Amino acid sequence: MGSARGSGLRRHLITLRRFWGTALAGQMEYQLNLLIELLAMAGNMAGSVFVLSLVYGQGHRLGGWSWEQALVVLGVSTLLDGVASTLLRPNLSTLVTHVQQGTLDFVLLKPIDSQFWISTRTVSPWGLPEIGAGLALIVWAARRAGASAEPATLTTAALMLLASVAILYSLWFLIATTTIWFVKTWNATEVLRAALAAGRYPITAYPGGLRTFFTLVLPVAFLTTVPAEAILGRAAGSWLLLSVAVAGAGLLLCRGFWRFALRFYTSASS
Amino acid sequence: MSSGRLRLARVLLGSQVATMIEYRAEIALWALSGVLPFIMLGLWSQVEGSTGAAGGVDGGAGIGLDRLQLARYFLSAFVVRQFTIAWVVFAFEEDSLQGRLSPYLLQPLPPLWRYVAAHLAEQATRAPFVAAIAALFFLLQPWALWLPTPQRAGAALLATILAFTMNFLLQSCIACLCFWSERASALERLLSIPLLFLSGLVAPLETFPPGVRAAAQWTPFPWMIHFPAQLLAGGSVSLAQGFAAMAAWIAVLLPLCLGLWRLGVRRYSAMGA
Repeated sequence: MGSARGSGLRRHLITLRRFWGTALAGQMEYQLNLLIELLAMAGNMAGSVFVLSLVYGQGHRLGGWSWEQALVVLGVSTLLDGVASTLLRPNLSTLVTHVQQGTLDFVLLKPIDSQFWISTRTVSPWGLPEIGAGLALIVWAARRAGASAEPATLTTAALMLLASVAILYSLWFLIATTTIWFVKTWNATEVLRAALAAGRYPITAYPGGLRTFFTLVLPVAFLTTVPAEAILGRAAGSWLLLSVAVAGAGLLLCRGFWRFALRFYTSASS
Repeated sequence: MSSGRLRLARVLLGSQVATMIEYRAEIALWALSGVLPFIMLGLWSQVEGSTGAAGGVDGGAGIGLDRLQLARYFLSAFVVRQFTIAWVVFAFEEDSLQGRLSPYLLQPLPPLWRYVAAHLAEQATRAPFVAAIAALFFLLQPWALWLPTPQRAGAALLATILAFTMNFLLQSCIACLCFWSERASALERLLSIPLLFLSGLVAPLETFPPGVRAAAQWTPFPWMIHFPAQLLAGGSVSLAQGFAAMAAWIAVLLPLCLGLWRLGVRRYSAMGA
């Protein structure tokens, strides 16, 4: 049993390397894109910092967060945007095509888990600059904010970032799965993206109603604010546990929802 | 002659409206994806609130807009944005990559008019959803309800139409680059960034430092959201300056767009040929 699981994981890792190797080789054909993506990233970062500076320039503090602390939140948000454009958008947008053209049949027939195949089939290198910039901003701002680099803080921070990536993945995958019923729901990811823009600022910066919404309904608080608190080494234990619980529940939910949706899938021709 | 054109316009619009109504669920989601001004309103209203609480030690001037003005401004920005969105780059890129442009060029109707009609039809389909979102906004915040004066409403309508024209022309110029490149939509992505930050969609221009604001007003972006939104919200703006700037930009963009189009069509020889 143990060895079977081990070899299963190895098989998935080998597959992953093949998937991403071919995807990168294909994307490298478009080198001009790199320049455009770098410019877009620089513009987006400059714009976000500018908006933040408008708030702080007046001598206000956003929800009790100092300028450097708020920049950590912005860094986490940039990092997550990068993850979304590297992994989530390129993969999950193809699910729509598969359902429309009936090629999902071929995916389901492959001798590998269909959720794994759909979530990891390709990778786009154009989100990597954003991931790098996000990390750089986090490190720079956290040091300026006086965060310690103790192993315990670093471990908690890494764990919280992993949890927030898992939550982000669950949200995207849940919306992508609804494609099985409503072929044209891809725009729903645009709504998600617009709402997640709220995560560029600490959750305490919003009025009560929005704060509740972004914690309980759409877990934006767990995406950026909680990881930022962990990085700054001031997160409360209960929030950390809650974040891991939300991530676990999200992953289980999207797994179950995918299985449930497949029961309703009848290929394009039948 | 002119009655023929009128009939053409009616048929074109009618068929586009019928197409768009098919996609109403999609358009509702697009309308909903414009919620950013409401999120930013949440943020800015708290900033304002903290001035009052702190008593303003050095930031006595505050951000220059009170809670009511902010609420009205961001609602107006949302509405203006909804009716000035252009997506001609994406439609045109798809048409030209898939070779649909060739039959369009053979028809006795300049293809750009087809896109104009599609955009107007899409806006008509979008209108009820925008109204519903605005109604929900006032239901949650009834104190922000206001009725613009007829003059202001008329000026705001005109400014919104001009803002849409500017955005459409700006995007059409980029769309024309499809004749030379297969990835013109990547350039649109670059254009959308200054539009987001300088147009007043995430922060009213009143909050900008004076130097930045003056610089931003030399770009087309503030006129595309901030100016019509302030007209609608009843804020203080200079009508003459705003309309003059819009007219100047259209006078630059229209010939540029038509020129690029002519050059492009001359170069065009169907995808793959």
